[in-house]
Amino acid sequence: MEKIIEQIAHCIEFGKIDKNSPFPPDMKGQDGADELVKSALDSGIKPSEILSDGMIAAMEKVGNKFTQNKIFVPQMLMSAKAMSKAMLHIKPYFQDGSVQQKGTFVIGTVSGDLHDIGKNLVSMMVEGNGWNVVDLGVDVSAESFIETIKQYPGCFVGLSALLTTTMVSMEKIVGEIKAASPDTKIIIGGAPVNQEFCEKISADAYSPDPQGAVSSLNKLLAA
Amino acid sequence: MKYRDLAIKNANDLIFGNTPHPVTTKRGLVIGGGRVYPELNFTLPSIEVSPDSKEQVIEHYRQITTGALERAKDLYSQGVVLELETVIEMTKYPDIGVGVVKTMNEICEEYYQKHQLPTEIRLTPNDLREFDRPPRQRTGAYLDPMMQLFEEGAKAGGNLLSIESTGGKEISDDALMMCNMTQFIFSQAVLGVRDMHFLWDKIADVAGKTGVLMGGDTACGFGNTAMVLAEKKYIPKIFAAVARVATVVRTLVAVEHGATGPDKDCGYEGPFLKAIAGIPISMEGKTAACAHLSPVGNIAAACCDLWSNESVQNIKLLAGFAPTVYLEQLEYDCRLMNQAVHKGHDACTQLQELMVNSDISYDPQALVLAPESVIEISKEIVKGNNYIEACVLGCLKSVEIIDKAYKQDKLTLNDMELTWIDMLRSELEAIPFNEEKFIDLVVPTLDQNKILLNEYGIT
Repeated sequence: MEKIIEQIAHCIEFGKIDKNSPFPPDMKGQDGADELVKSALDSGIKPSEILSDGMIAAMEKVGNKFTQNKIFVPQMLMSAKAMSKAMLHIKPYFQDGSVQQKGTFVIGTVSGDLHDIGKNLVSMMVEGNGWNVVDLGVDVSAESFIETIKQYPGCFVGLSALLTTTMVSMEKIVGEIKAASPDTKIIIGGAPVNQEFCEKISADAYSPDPQGAVSSLNKLLAA
Repeated sequence: MKYRDLAIKNANDLIFGNTPHPVTTKRGLVIGGGRVYPELNFTLPSIEVSPDSKEQVIEHYRQITTGALERAKDLYSQGVVLELETVIEMTKYPDIGVGVVKTMNEICEEYYQKHQLPTEIRLTPNDLREFDRPPRQRTGAYLDPMMQLFEEGAKAGGNLLSIESTGGKEISDDALMMCNMTQFIFSQAVLGVRDMHFLWDKIADVAGKTGVLMGGDTACGFGNTAMVLAEKKYIPKIFAAVARVATVVRTLVAVEHGATGPDKDCGYEGPFLKAIAGIPISMEGKTAACAHLSPVGNIAAACCDLWSNESVQNIKLLAGFAPTVYLEQLEYDCRLMNQAVHKGHDACTQLQELMVNSDISYDPQALVLAPESVIEISKEIVKGNNYIEACVLGCLKSVEIIDKAYKQDKLTLNDMELTWIDMLRSELEAIPFNEEKFIDLVVPTLDQNKILLNEYGIT
């Protein structure tokens, strides 16, 4: 692997966004993911290689460290910020087809529910894994999900709920999405839901944590 | 800052069941006056709540209330507080919430008249205002139904008014996730305090008109969010412990507006309020494991006046419906504490010591709730010349207490946690106490799409 790819991976793993960012302290003044990805592209390295071997590989490491309780969320968020900044250089290559995203993931907290911390974590992890994420926010209706699904054919959907009373809303939304778009795959998550509930409401996967959501998505994509 | 001194100056006097300013309710419960009562909290199972399902919803609460009070009667309970914490639709359509209060109150009155069981209803409308994104704390359409539920619910029998208000939450959520203490303190000591003044002025009006008591506010959406994130290992426990202390000043504003307590259960900042203002408090610990995990199961009871279970779904367990089961658990905990109160101060101190020592070495969040810590931190808080200074001084003291306990081998912390002691201290020391300067420092760092500063009176 090119040395610069390893450096990019290191910057993303440890949250070094750009040269000016003070975090992590031991990399102060050094080039960050922003500068290194630009340099790599300028030197003719394929954007797909930079993305998969450098950026996504680093985010997978970050996700694993988080799952193993070796880092806290702020460190993961810094990695995600480094990823986002670096991604700005890669995005033009999505349009010309030289780099492929895995797909589009539409996510939202179901209507009647305002909790979004868990949803935001899932968004970040999924985006870091190479997906295009469309975050509809909180208190999202079935109509809004269905409208967005139409805009992104073949997309996958994530629903979050934190209240027992909004599980009802989740069930309704799953039913309406499946009625309007039977092939759309839906992942659910949130404190009151579980695998049994997932099966009961005919969702396609349940994940108890952000990293699990990434795994479930990748499995559904491969299926 | 109204409070410049402590109502309880010695840790030895910060004890369960007694407080300098007990509260007597309409049906004769004397809270904080020599007895700990259970406070039962409950929620609906997974059912739809809407104007169409109002009768079904009310029926759930009728069954919950009857089951719990019947069990309380059979256990010779001396009194119970029932908390109705509404779900979104019950506040959005106040008629549903008011209908539930009315039904619960009829049952409470029946048990009072027939069985001399004194009970009160704590009415806690959920704060709807965050439905607007960014929230419109002062001008949004959600404020009116919420205040309507306060007023009509108070008339229907909600004799203790409380809320988990959400001023500053649009900033605090991200601040917690990023472990940005500067922004978190801004969300509490600037946004939270400003919103509390606005909201509790209105709640005080309702209480004045209806003749009910103001229980108080809680920083559930802030301190408890931090605690839950720490339990999931998303953020350091040290950060959650200091964040807990940072919530005290915003909750204290309710007391400044006339809240007499009992402060609400999920406000683990309650012990600080009790020390500073001498009001009775409700607390939740091991009996709240039905709602969320916590590292403060025993220590939470150390100075409680009501003992609560946070929230349990109305589902059937082997022994009966869950709220009835939880009433029994709470009642037995209260019996034990009341036996100690009956035997005298030494017995209370002994029981409290067991509660404290069984939790204190495992988690900094437990450590800051130990009576000695609470008094030390509260002394710093009341030194503050304004809310920001009070907040920062309290937080710095909590960092000092955690650091000292670790160095004396009295607190277990892993390496991932340890690095946060110095980071937090440095960050806290850099916060300016002048509000204008603090606003100028923080506002440019915020996501401007998430907040409407004029909704907090900041121009």
